[in-house]
Amino acid sequence: MGGYSLNDLMSILVMQGFSGLSMFSVLLLMALGLAIIFGQMGVINMAHGEFMTIGAYTIFITSSLTNTYFPSLKPFYFIFAIGIAFVIAFAVGYVTEFLLIRHLYKRPLDTLLATWGLSLIMQQIFRSVFGGREVSADLPDWLMGSWKPTESIDIPLNGVFVLVMALLVCGFVALLLFKSQWGLKVRATTQNRIMAGAVGINTKLIDRITFATGCGIAGIAGACFTTIASTSPTSGSLYIVDTFLVVVFGGAASLIGTITSAFSIAQAQSILTFFLTSAMGKVVTLLTIIVILMIKPEGLMKNKVRR
Amino acid sequence: MNKYLLSLFKNKSGIDLLIISLIIFVIFPLSMDIFRLNLVGKYLTFAFTSVGLVMLWGYGGILSLGQGIFFGIGGYCMAMFLKLEASDSVSTAHQTTPGIPDFMDWNQLTELPTFWMPFHSLTFTLFAIVGIPIIVAYIIGISMFKRRVSGVYFSIITQAIAAIVTILVVGQQGFTGGINGITDLKTLHGWNINTDSAKYILYYINGGLLILTVLVCKYVASTKLGRLLLAIRDKEDRVRFSGYDVANFKVFAFALSAVISSIGGAMFTLQVGFMSPSIIGIVPSIEMVIFAAIGGRMSLIGAIYGALLVNYGKTAFSESFPTLWLFFMGAMFIGVVMFFPEGLSGLYVSYAPKLKSWFEKKFIKDKSLTNSSVKRAG
Repeated sequence: MGGYSLNDLMSILVMQGFSGLSMFSVLLLMALGLAIIFGQMGVINMAHGEFMTIGAYTIFITSSLTNTYFPSLKPFYFIFAIGIAFVIAFAVGYVTEFLLIRHLYKRPLDTLLATWGLSLIMQQIFRSVFGGREVSADLPDWLMGSWKPTESIDIPLNGVFVLVMALLVCGFVALLLFKSQWGLKVRATTQNRIMAGAVGINTKLIDRITFATGCGIAGIAGACFTTIASTSPTSGSLYIVDTFLVVVFGGAASLIGTITSAFSIAQAQSILTFFLTSAMGKVVTLLTIIVILMIKPEGLMKNKVRR
Repeated sequence: MNKYLLSLFKNKSGIDLLIISLIIFVIFPLSMDIFRLNLVGKYLTFAFTSVGLVMLWGYGGILSLGQGIFFGIGGYCMAMFLKLEASDSVSTAHQTTPGIPDFMDWNQLTELPTFWMPFHSLTFTLFAIVGIPIIVAYIIGISMFKRRVSGVYFSIITQAIAAIVTILVVGQQGFTGGINGITDLKTLHGWNINTDSAKYILYYINGGLLILTVLVCKYVASTKLGRLLLAIRDKEDRVRFSGYDVANFKVFAFALSAVISSIGGAMFTLQVGFMSPSIIGIVPSIEMVIFAAIGGRMSLIGAIYGALLVNYGKTAFSESFPTLWLFFMGAMFIGVVMFFPEGLSGLYVSYAPKLKSWFEKKFIKDKSLTNSSVKRAG
């Protein structure tokens, strides 16, 4: 770390820390969806990354549609597009659960293989429809600039937006899970499926909506992803290993754990990347997580349920 | 073991083994030119991994998504030895530092890294191909299974390890050859591996090792150990309560599958002539699982057919319809899980008797008819 003055080092730390925050937001949204699906239902969704890609392409399509037909709406479309991304990913997730997942609840390892197959098919569909090259959406102007609190610190606005979005969604999901009727039913189904069914909860419907919601949140993650990077058919699959590690590291069923682990993984990667190479930063981070998981397999936060 | 071999040839599984041996040793070499045969040899090296996965996943119920790591360990060990032999100081005289592999020279390394040193010796290399995967599998296995990490957690963590290893191998270009891998391999102890006759010999060695592996696995499956693995897969807690240390059996299965994959990797390097990170990452590792799944996750011989079929399909499809291949591959993953979880061998087991009885009905009925008519006439 020689050659940097203390002031430089502070600025680097703040900026890398902030670029880590953007990554944290996308990772958190991805992991949130996965944590709902994996933590609540025990289903491994290897196609989760592709649901994120669905969200990202939805933003791309809505942006080009707005540009062609309603150029005057350009400053506002992004907010609506996020909603559309959620709805489309939700719908695809709903259909997927109906056609595929519900037959495999008793065989978690097989779900893993089947959803991997699904992800291959979805990637190829993206490639056939949108082409193999990266595309990026036209972002509204208010997302583009940056905020300069001091001379050497430069914080991009899109990062701030993504962070706020992630925290909002996170809070909303927490409310939904712990304060709503639906959340109560979901938690009841997770804890004891048979008893939940016996007291009149339609567990099959709950499963389907839970799965679809997880996928929908991945769609929002994809929408946020477009503000910080461009989209290609395989963008989602690049995140899937990290996302799974976030969920496992955080402790499968714990919301706080997921947030903590997404934060620490994203920050560690972002800061290490600056001092090592990007590849080595990732290797060191992932390796550390795996070693920690070997010592403490239940993850950061343990769900206090007797299994 | 002798008794076991005898019993093998009394029952049906001996016949299945004979058929696959005939196909590998007689039918393929007679019906193909050396180029195609070499390709089949490459597919058969993947069959090692799927045979290992049958033991680990089919019998032990442990799904490892990181078998590519072990395939890579074997492959890279062999490739390092061959590369050192190919980079003697005469043929690398034009380099800045003669006597080290070319990619190291390109990456401004001026001396051989220490961990490459022992790979000058063939004996060490052969020991490493068997020993390193055992050590790695033991460390991963002990730390996971002793803490009762299993099921999907294990799968995810092995997948993450595969990702790490790939990033590391690609990133450390000077030490590993980076994304291109280790190429330009020429001789094994002075014996040119690129000639046609060498390719034939390597094909037969590969086939022989594969059949031997299946025999060893069949033996393991037939012992008490094999039955315990099945028991652990079905009701882990009961086995634990019966006083067995479940973790040790799982570590054994994991290490066994690791060694088998590693041998396959070493044979891959010998037959194909290079080793690269594209064969050890997440995607190849999970493809190895589909070979075993298509063949039938409980069938050791089915795993060989699975590896042959899927790889043949991949070559044939990606030559003519590269876009269709991914659809097909995806459909295969979904189909094998949804509609025939027992794979090809399951289809064979459930339909072969029906087919047989259909044949019997058709032909033996006729025979009995003719018999009776003959009798009547008589």
